[in-house]
Amino acid sequence: MNMLNSRLARVGASIAKHLYTRNYTSVYRGGYIPRAKYHHFLQPSFQRHSSTELYKGAMIEKRNFLSTTTTNNSTEDGSEKEETISVTFVDKDGEEKHIKVPVGMSMLEAAHENDIELEGACEGSLACSTCHVIVMDVEHYNKLEDPTDEENDMLDLAFGLSETSRLGCQVIAKPELDGIRLAIPAATRNFAVDGYVPKPH
Amino acid sequence: MLCCTSWEYIYSSSTTPHNSPQNAFVKGNYKKAKALHGRHQSKSNLRSCEQSLIVHIPGEALHLQRANKMQKLAIFRARLWLYRSFSSLSSNPLRVCVVGSGPAGFYTAEKMLKAHQQAQVDIIDRLPTPFGLVSSGVAPDHPETKIVINQFSRVAQHERCSFLGNVTLGSSISLSELRELYHVVVLAYGAESDRSLGIPGENLKGIHSAREFVWWYNGHPDGQNLDPDLKNTDTAVILGQGNVALDVARILLRPTAELATTDIASHALAALEESSIRVVYLVGRRGPAQAACTAKELREVLGIRNLDISIQESDLLLTPADEEELKSNRIHRRVYELLSKAVTSNPKDAGLNKRKLHFVFFRKPVSFLDSKDRPGHVSGVHFEKTVLEVVGPGKQIAIGAGEFEDIKCGMVLKSIGYKSVPVDGLPFDHQKGIVPNDRGRVLCDTSEPSVVEKGLYVCGWLKRGPSGIIATNLHCAEETVSSILEDLDQGELISSSALPKPGKDGLLQLLHDRNVRIVSFSDWEKIDSEEKRLGSSKNKPREKLATWEKLHKAISE
Ligand SMILES: Cc1cc2nc3c(=O)[nH]c(=O)nc-3n(C[C@H](O)[C@H](O)[C@H](O)COP(=O)(O)OP(=O)(O)OC[C@H]3O[C@@H](n4cnc5c(N)ncnc54)[C@H](O)[C@@H]3O)c2cc1C
Ligand SMILES: NC(=O)c1ccc[n+]([C@@H]2O[C@H](COP(=O)([O-])OP(=O)(O)OC[C@H]3O[C@@H](n4cnc5c(N)ncnc54)[C@H](OP(=O)(O)O)[C@@H]3O)[C@@H](O)[C@H]2O)c1
Ligand code: FES
Repeated sequence: MNMLNSRLARVGASIAKHLYTRNYTSVYRGGYIPRAKYHHFLQPSFQRHSSTELYKGAMIEKRNFLSTTTTNNSTEDGSEKEETISVTFVDKDGEEKHIKVPVGMSMLEAAHENDIELEGACEGSLACSTCHVIVMDVEHYNKLEDPTDEENDMLDLAFGLSETSRLGCQVIAKPELDGIRLAIPAATRNFAVDGYVPKPH
Repeated sequence: MLCCTSWEYIYSSSTTPHNSPQNAFVKGNYKKAKALHGRHQSKSNLRSCEQSLIVHIPGEALHLQRANKMQKLAIFRARLWLYRSFSSLSSNPLRVCVVGSGPAGFYTAEKMLKAHQQAQVDIIDRLPTPFGLVSSGVAPDHPETKIVINQFSRVAQHERCSFLGNVTLGSSISLSELRELYHVVVLAYGAESDRSLGIPGENLKGIHSAREFVWWYNGHPDGQNLDPDLKNTDTAVILGQGNVALDVARILLRPTAELATTDIASHALAALEESSIRVVYLVGRRGPAQAACTAKELREVLGIRNLDISIQESDLLLTPADEEELKSNRIHRRVYELLSKAVTSNPKDAGLNKRKLHFVFFRKPVSFLDSKDRPGHVSGVHFEKTVLEVVGPGKQIAIGAGEFEDIKCGMVLKSIGYKSVPVDGLPFDHQKGIVPNDRGRVLCDTSEPSVVEKGLYVCGWLKRGPSGIIATNLHCAEETVSSILEDLDQGELISSSALPKPGKDGLLQLLHDRNVRIVSFSDWEKIDSEEKRLGSSKNKPREKLATWEKLHKAISE
């Protein structure tokens, strides 16, 4: 039944997606980190399709680029590329999407690769706060490294901030996070209503 | 039935991974389905068709009864989506005009295109260049913040979206004309004026609004003539302690070598290189617990190389009311902590550096002082000391304490907030400086019960007032677009009997008759590549074309 619903909901998304096939050229590329390859993950869903195919390979190789914190990655031994963790996104309408995320990939990239509508205005440069997610269980929240000052500065401005809020572009998949559930903020209300308010540390 | 078959076809294809080759197939089918759907335009037909869509899914239909509330909701949403997407006649698309191409305009367009598959969205802007304050507000040394331009560019290039630059609401075209041409008009033209202090001497030379100064260093074509005098004084006073004030202070104090590789306008860089300003006062009428800036901007200012920071330690003492305020405000708490740290880590009057930034609290400007040597020119600001008075939970305001003090300076930048300007025929709340609205629906006036201006909406700074970051406009656009969708569902905007609206064709005709040279998005791309070309020779990401002449030349070449 779940499948039926998510499929049905996707009818719309996939029709919309095909309306846009053009590859865009980027503007405003300054002297900061070159990452043209990744922009496709950050396109709104109605535009994302064609480039996802084009750059899929590239993304897996360089998925660490968005991270500014060091990933506590115990699997840097070559098997890393195969390893994935399960992540559940709860979208603004309270609908859940279960995805597999390769270790080392940020939640922002993972969301975009899977057509999950998580904004990423600054494309992971820690300058916008639009990739805000709420970690829905405290155990997983506590397994994350503490946010840096810079992340906290952006979290200050996040819409619907909660005690277990993080920026999706700064949360990098690692084995300990397997099973993590992330809510995209408008959904906050849904689980708050259910009486669930996570508390950190 | 034919129709349902093709729907099912789309449905089953869409369940394959989105990056599979079958997608091309879906695309082809989409057109087919849409064409077929043209014959089933009535609402009831569409409904039954959707129902068949659900029931005809083999196997899974049996479980339909057991669907829980959430799942039903999902189906309902999907139906609503399908209904919205195909209910309006494709020969009569929903014509939407967004006025202003800043974050509010672009987010509105993006949400509208996504939510309504028949929406044709035209974004007009008075400038030949899009992106509003992302281009002419956001500081040149904040390139990461401008990355959002990539997202906005993709919206502009969407097949159902057009950017029409060089079109000014209020002069190229009137509001009533736009409303005739479009089903929906969303005003997102920001705030292009300034709050004023209303105190004596405000018109003296050497006093500018931060908005003008920002336009000047950001190469806005209306900012070039400001030409602030940075040479005849070593001291500037900035009134206000919001993020704009901090931006402006940073531009005045940051080593110019660091600015030289940004997209700062070349005329501004040249003037700053020769600037004799060494001392800047950032003056707030309230205390460090109420400072309007945010931690990121403050951290950056405090970290400017070769800069002494001065903060009166006594200003940092907190009253119980301050403590109460800080407890419930994370932003203010973190700003306060940074300021406190700056006091302890910065030895008073270190004097090691040539440049100095003073944070001055509890001072409200009373008048500007006229220079004796250069009459008509500002020579200082007369301040009254203030104390805070609690006026509500978590709210304290500054009131004069009857003690006065002057700060001598040769330049003043007023950074006390932007202000929107009304256009003819637009309800406007002059006191708040916004368009009266109910979740984005423009109201005829502020009286109760409210009456809505049909088909007219507002978003961004014009809707909320001049505060909030780029992301705030995203949520603001979500709200406005959901109001539009609600009104569409209620049948408020397109009645079946009404004639189609001419939309862009009508607008182009009208502007052509008025000899308005429209700047398209591809024209902007010419400007863009010219700016980048000019910048590359100077190791800058771009050299902005900072005059109307240069902009027009770039597109006519
Ligand atoms: C100096 C400054 C720096 C900022 N820095 C940041 C930052 O670093 N990060 C951040 O998140 N936020 C920043 N902000 C806030 C952010 O820029 C605003 O929240 C946002 O731009 C407001 O969006 P808007 O679309 O309502 O208005 P605007 O961005 O102002 O867009 C309005 C558009 O309407 C056009 N227009 C005006 N009048 C007309 C007319 N009559 N007809 C047609 N078009 C018209 C204008 O040309 C403009 O393109 C900054 C703001 C300022 C002032
Ligand atoms: N990097 C960024 O994220 C960035 C950069 C720039 C701008 N922005 C955003 O853009 C928005 C606008 O910024 P802003 O700095 O123009 O506005 P702002 O944050 O509202 O700050 C206005 C400042 O002016 C003061 N002020 C207002 N009226 C005054 C008066 N009559 N006399 C004396 N002082 C007065 C205010 O003091 P009181 O507090 O006492 O009213 C405040 O210090 C803000 O939301 C800001 O965060 C963001
Ligand atoms: S994408 Fe901008 S902060 Fe994460």
